[in-house]
Amino acid sequence: MIPSHPRFPTPLSAGRPAPAASLAAPTVLLALLGLLALAGCSTAPESEAPQPQIDARPLSQDTAPRSVEVRPTYRGPWEDPSNPLYNRIVYFDYDSSAIKPEYIGVMRNHAAYLGANSGTRVTLDGNTDERGTREYNLALGDQRADAVRKFMVAEGARPDQIATLSYGEERPTNPGHNESAWSQNRRVVIQY
Amino acid sequence: MSTAQRAATFLVRSILPPILVGLLIGLGTGSAQARLTIEVTGGVEAAQPIAIVPFGVSEGLIPKEDVAAVIAADLARTGKFRPMPTRDMLAMPTTQEEVDFRDWSLLGMNNLVLGQVEQEGTGYRVSFKLFDVFRSSEIASDSLSTTASGLRLTAHRIADMIYEKLTGQPGVAATRIAYITANGRGEGQTVALRVSDADGYNPQTIVSSGDPLMSPAWSPDGQRLAYVSFENRRPAIYVQDLASGRRDLVASHPGINGAPAFSPDGQRLAMTLSKDGNPNIYVLDLQTRELKQLTDHFGIDTEPSWSPDGSTIVFTSDRGGSPQIYSMPPGGGPATRVSFEGDYNARASYSPDGKSLTMVTRVNGQFRIAVHDLARGYTRLLSNGGLDESPSFSPNGAMVIYATLHNGRGILAAAGVEGGGSQRLSQDSGEVREPAWSPMLK
Repeated sequence: MIPSHPRFPTPLSAGRPAPAASLAAPTVLLALLGLLALAGCSTAPESEAPQPQIDARPLSQDTAPRSVEVRPTYRGPWEDPSNPLYNRIVYFDYDSSAIKPEYIGVMRNHAAYLGANSGTRVTLDGNTDERGTREYNLALGDQRADAVRKFMVAEGARPDQIATLSYGEERPTNPGHNESAWSQNRRVVIQY
Repeated sequence: MSTAQRAATFLVRSILPPILVGLLIGLGTGSAQARLTIEVTGGVEAAQPIAIVPFGVSEGLIPKEDVAAVIAADLARTGKFRPMPTRDMLAMPTTQEEVDFRDWSLLGMNNLVLGQVEQEGTGYRVSFKLFDVFRSSEIASDSLSTTASGLRLTAHRIADMIYEKLTGQPGVAATRIAYITANGRGEGQTVALRVSDADGYNPQTIVSSGDPLMSPAWSPDGQRLAYVSFENRRPAIYVQDLASGRRDLVASHPGINGAPAFSPDGQRLAMTLSKDGNPNIYVLDLQTRELKQLTDHFGIDTEPSWSPDGSTIVFTSDRGGSPQIYSMPPGGGPATRVSFEGDYNARASYSPDGKSLTMVTRVNGQFRIAVHDLARGYTRLLSNGGLDESPSFSPNGAMVIYATLHNGRGILAAAGVEGGGSQRLSQDSGEVREPAWSPMLK
């Protein structure tokens, strides 16, 4: 007998409470409960995979983001356009993690601020343009973030104030397929 | 507003940072099952003419698949056959007695396929015969039992038997493809890892997320997929069992966790980690969880791929100044440069016979798919796009599937390694990328 190829169970949604899953799981569980309440559904989500399909249609793609009210709160000088710390992006040449001289000032400003504010922490998000392979670019984004980290540590930040994260080419700021878009995407963003 | 609604609004407003809103959208739309549609764009010139006559069905039976049409489409996609359109057929015999071989010969057919679909329990029995038209003789036949839902797969199996009889090479119609889809951008993005049949039918979502998913890799038995997920805001490697949906987090070290590749015995997973400073290649024993570092270099080492006999791992390294392909023993050790043409060669993977590599190569600033013959050191281009990537051999080695841009949108394409058989696989909306062709499936 030939059965069909096995039908796989209902897909996992990444971040849903699953075995071996996530730090964010309790929060996601709460979020799921909220969703279910909105959907007028009284079933509680099960925590074992495979998961039942959850009908989340009332929270459509259009309305969901707007339902979150982001109250502007001043978190630090990097949010003030007149402050030098507002400039938080270091750009790179193609297939290179070498620091360009014009971004030394940007990194020095943030390193000095971290040196003076020992309780403040940043994450350096490394990104690349879309050219070349995705995993090579994930590694290249990692090297770019690491190059900025090393410079900032040398300039007064403590190593434990700086985390790095590479997105490779997965999170372009400009989705275009041209040099102008690529030059904007080859970046490390200093995230407070 | 009900208490529940108020509670939900409170939760959404007070607890959910934007990232989680992205994740929830993933829940709502992640299971949308848009199908890949395949358009054959070339390769029929040298194809062999074959007639696959609509299968006879027992009276009153209405099978939900047109078995002959599925077989014809499977054979057409290989680029090696040109099935005759049904409307050009002068007769539609369903048994050998009804066949006039002279007619089929005059129509220029090399081969003829007849068959029947009969009820058997709650399923079907499907029989077929393959004929050599010039010799007026049967050269293959079989009869297969199937469940009702297995009818399409049965047609793929028959297509593979016909293909193997006529080319001497196993067919891949009954295999599957894993790929990544993406809809929207930034925080509102939905990314999904999907698996469909090789003809794009029966797409199923394996995992969906508001954060990037990357690098699906099949286990050698076709039962598990390894992949990279950013769902915890950092890249981590998971191995998921397809039948049960159970998954294991196998690598979540500081820095990048990427480029998973199963060893040919399925016991180990090669991967790229930057936990010790730079991206280097490691091998994780999936049973003992023992991690062994294979490369140690200040540059980038990534994209490991095992040779089918397990004796070699090829990988991408920029240790020579630009990304090139190197090889090393599976336990680590001295690396030998493999690629010499061009200033960018990356993401190599072996053909099933171990005799060639497919890789991404840059030619005059254009990223294209190449096949490199290891014995002869000869490299041939397979694609002509500008940003082609993620090549993956079909499990019979006859084709390579890869990601490309078409009208600015990410789609998949496939091409015959010996030329011909080119096709495009796209969805109605959104991007499709990172195809990984399954091994042969039981």
